[in-house]
Amino acid sequence: MSRIEVLKTYKVYIGGQFPRTESGRYHTITSKKGEPLANVCLCSRKDVRNAVVAARKAQGAWAERAAFNRGQILYRIAEMLEGRKSQFIEELLSLGFTQKNAQTEIDLSIERLVYYAGWCDKYNQIVSSVNPVSSAHFNFSTCEPMGVIGIIADNNSPLLGLISSLAPAIAGGNTVVVLSSVDYPLNAVTFAEVLHASDVPGGVVNILTGSLHETAPTLASHMDINAFVASNISHEFSTSLQLNAVDNLKRFFHYTIDWNQQNSQGLHFIGDLQEVKTTWHPIEQIGGATSSY
Amino acid sequence: MAKTISQILLDTPKVDKVGVEERVARIQTRSVKGPSKSQGLKMVLNMIDLTTLEGKDTQGKVRQMCYKAHHLHDAIPNLPAVAAVCVYPSMVKLAKKELRNTQVKIASVSTAFPSGQAPLEVKIIDTKFAVDNGADEIDMVISRGRFLQGEFQYVYDEIAQIKEACGKARLKVILETGELATLDNVRLASDIAIHAGADFIKTSTGKIQPAATMQVTYTMLMAIQDHFAETGNMIGMKPAGGISTAKLALHNLIMVKEVLGDDWLTNEWFRFGASSLANDVLMQIIKNESGYYASPDYISID
Amino acid sequence: MKNKEKWPLSPSMESTQHISLKKQYALFIDGKWVAPNSGKYFPSINPADESHIADISHANEKDVDLAVRAARKAFPSWSGLAPSERAKYLFRIARIMQEKSRELAVIETLDGGKPIRESRDIDVPLACNHFFYYAGWADKLAYAFPNRQVEPLGVAGQIIPWNFPLLMAAWKIAPALATGNTVVLKPAETTSLTALKLAEIIEEAGLPKGVVNIITGFGDTGSALVNHPDINKIAFTGSTNVGKIIQRAIAGTGKKATLELGGKSANIIFDDAPIDQAVEGIVNGIFFNQGHVCCAGSRLFVQENIADKVIRKLKLRMKSLYVGNPLDKNTDIGAINSKEQLKTIESYISIGKKEGAEIYQPACDLPKKGFYCLPTLFLHVAQSHTVVQEEIFGPVLTIQTFRTIDEVIQKANNTPYGLAAGVWTDKGSRIFNLTTKLKAGVVWANTYNKFDPTSPFGGYKESGFGREGGIHGLAAYVKLS
Repeated sequence: MSRIEVLKTYKVYIGGQFPRTESGRYHTITSKKGEPLANVCLCSRKDVRNAVVAARKAQGAWAERAAFNRGQILYRIAEMLEGRKSQFIEELLSLGFTQKNAQTEIDLSIERLVYYAGWCDKYNQIVSSVNPVSSAHFNFSTCEPMGVIGIIADNNSPLLGLISSLAPAIAGGNTVVVLSSVDYPLNAVTFAEVLHASDVPGGVVNILTGSLHETAPTLASHMDINAFVASNISHEFSTSLQLNAVDNLKRFFHYTIDWNQQNSQGLHFIGDLQEVKTTWHPIEQIGGATSSY
Repeated sequence: MAKTISQILLDTPKVDKVGVEERVARIQTRSVKGPSKSQGLKMVLNMIDLTTLEGKDTQGKVRQMCYKAHHLHDAIPNLPAVAAVCVYPSMVKLAKKELRNTQVKIASVSTAFPSGQAPLEVKIIDTKFAVDNGADEIDMVISRGRFLQGEFQYVYDEIAQIKEACGKARLKVILETGELATLDNVRLASDIAIHAGADFIKTSTGKIQPAATMQVTYTMLMAIQDHFAETGNMIGMKPAGGISTAKLALHNLIMVKEVLGDDWLTNEWFRFGASSLANDVLMQIIKNESGYYASPDYISID
Repeated sequence: MKNKEKWPLSPSMESTQHISLKKQYALFIDGKWVAPNSGKYFPSINPADESHIADISHANEKDVDLAVRAARKAFPSWSGLAPSERAKYLFRIARIMQEKSRELAVIETLDGGKPIRESRDIDVPLACNHFFYYAGWADKLAYAFPNRQVEPLGVAGQIIPWNFPLLMAAWKIAPALATGNTVVLKPAETTSLTALKLAEIIEEAGLPKGVVNIITGFGDTGSALVNHPDINKIAFTGSTNVGKIIQRAIAGTGKKATLELGGKSANIIFDDAPIDQAVEGIVNGIFFNQGHVCCAGSRLFVQENIADKVIRKLKLRMKSLYVGNPLDKNTDIGAINSKEQLKTIESYISIGKKEGAEIYQPACDLPKKGFYCLPTLFLHVAQSHTVVQEEIFGPVLTIQTFRTIDEVIQKANNTPYGLAAGVWTDKGSRIFNLTTKLKAGVVWANTYNKFDPTSPFGGYKESGFGREGGIHGLAAYVKLS
């Protein structure tokens, strides 16, 4: 007697938990042969709202973690992903990816996580400065995370695009709300399970699935989102999101980029999501040495 | 109500040196011109404690200085006299005689000036000697060594005892700020002196550099401001040492005006301890009156 | 002018003999002075006495187009020039500005109303130094952006406000030129003169024609500049509202922007602070430049156990401030920049009163003519008062008390703005705790309102984005690949 397979339910990831969408809606992902593979949550405005609340709640503590510790956690994600590689590849194969493409997608995703894991305790050394002002003050500029980042993951890339946008954001102490690829959401949800098992505190990464036409404008116009990142979307879509982002002057980035290329990773992806903070403090000189008399 | 040492230590505020320097720099951008300059220069003359405090002071030197004290520059009528002459105790009797029938007061340093390194009994005798010889004002020094050892109570008690020995004479307490090193110490020493009974607080002996910098004087003026706000009692201020130009003296007056108000702009509440300041001020007054820049050759140097 | 003074300070007016001003100013386009196509001129008024100083051209869309074309035409050769040669031009400009610094200071004060003490000691030296600082960067960009290809953006449209007219022109022009861009700059309509003097200096420095174009006018001129299709970069300093309008206008155009906008910055005093220097910091924070400062420390938070003492000291200090003719060397608070701005400030003051806030203004006479506002405190206010929430851009300070560190951090951050903040405490670890947690681009610890060419300036949140000054200020004008 053949065994009945236990099917996987693909839920969304908010605040370190896997709820179903508030809306109760779903859409069906089909295999290349047109067979239904899974019912994926069709997220709503309310899911965006909940995800932003979770991300905001987690942000302060995540930013305050030692940079070294953030690096360890990012590396841990890479480790866990490596361990579950086959599951990701299988999902991609069922969606019609070739073995080679699927393999590359996941390998590069892991490499990218390792790359940004290494940046966590270094980027601030490179972008900070001590500024030699003309008065008796010690003056320095360092980077701070912008806060909560809204991300539209690259639609054409099931995992690499998502990780390429997400990793530099969280490496820099931001928390994120990610709208996964609409066409390829399975890897995104499975990746959430990896995150869940990787010491990533709940709320640091929140992943929503489903069509963008409701979630993306909601996220782009949300007043408690500090910056917005999209990649490889249409010019019209980008412009409309940019307009959505104006009201609280969100920093807006739209990358037109091939995530498979070597130059699709780098310090500037972290830097884009950092604010420069400059601090002044007087320097006391000894005795009356500086007096003009 | 005088505060105890523990209360003073609790209340004395911290002082940020860079902030003080900025405030002083801002005061020094004040421009004193026209009538306010003429008025200011005469105020300065009238606030000077004309001073000679040297091992080689002789009767002749003191006599000449005393004459200068009320004849600053007779070529210009109606010039004020200086506020006081400031001498060693051994010269008090002579100065008193020379300046009888004038408004000029006799100030004497005491308490083993300038180091203050003598037992309290000796300091009391020193003080009483000067007062008995006719000193109107006593300029004592605090025990800086004791202060830096943290013996604030000793410093406080010593001032209180000297105050008692002064009788009717007004007591100026010299902090010798150049040896206290930080503005935090200057502020603390000011508060101790004020609560222990000082009528005036004074920056320096003139023997140590730096002396009366604007920064130090500002810090002491703030102590006086706070004391007035808390008690309604006025305390006098005397920067001494290093103020040798009219411009610097006027900036000091501006500082007094802005920190304490116009009520302090009399020699009852503000003095300059100086030996060469008077002549620079006279040069400025001559320039104001004649329109020409003056030469030091035309002003006596007693 | 104060009452009952034993020793009043006589007026000490800065001379206006040595300045040279034209009666009428044309537009500076393509290295030439050209009359505006519009044929229209508007008066520039001295806010200190409402006298008429000069007539300024009102550039229209056609003028803007001419200026942008000139900048575009100049771009290839300017960006192609050896960087060390670009540097030399900037050094030259810095030097000529230094030579003419007193003239610039006097004109700045005449045109904008700020005290001569500030224009002479702060605005003009900082503006010169800014050119000097960025001049040296021109041939060292590879060190600023290691491992990246650095290119200029092209033509930069720059719109600056009236609160620091010359300084803002320097902040905008110097980094743009150092990185090889060409510029069309529009000063604010009430303060065009020092920008036009700067154009004369640029002319004198022999800068190739079209590299810097200066066009004057109103909001419509600025809007034409923002919307010009051949602009690659918008740099704007001004209100958050206009910043948002610009963001909307350029959405989807690919134009890069830096926005330096409004603020409502917190200045926080703890009970262990060096209290007298903190009081000075409060005064510098809110009364510097009549409070026309985007990073003004307009929200004062005082720990409750020292609030009475701080307020007592602050009131006393305010009595020694001179409010009056900005050309008087002793003036601390000059004229409000325009009648319009005075109205805005006055309306906020009446809102504050209406909302029941306790008001304090020192007794002092103001000049009969001109636009003046007394330094003003609103005591015992709450986070919910309008005067606490909105940017007033005048010498008006709100004072709130707090009990704990967490409370004051929350309240300080409880605003859409994030430009600057001040912290006063003697305790080092607390300073770093606060400077880390305050959401602001500049944090002054035990000081306030300090500026330097090497020090990046700019805000978080609705105070805008991008930084001006320092190595970080270069990024706003380069394309990296």
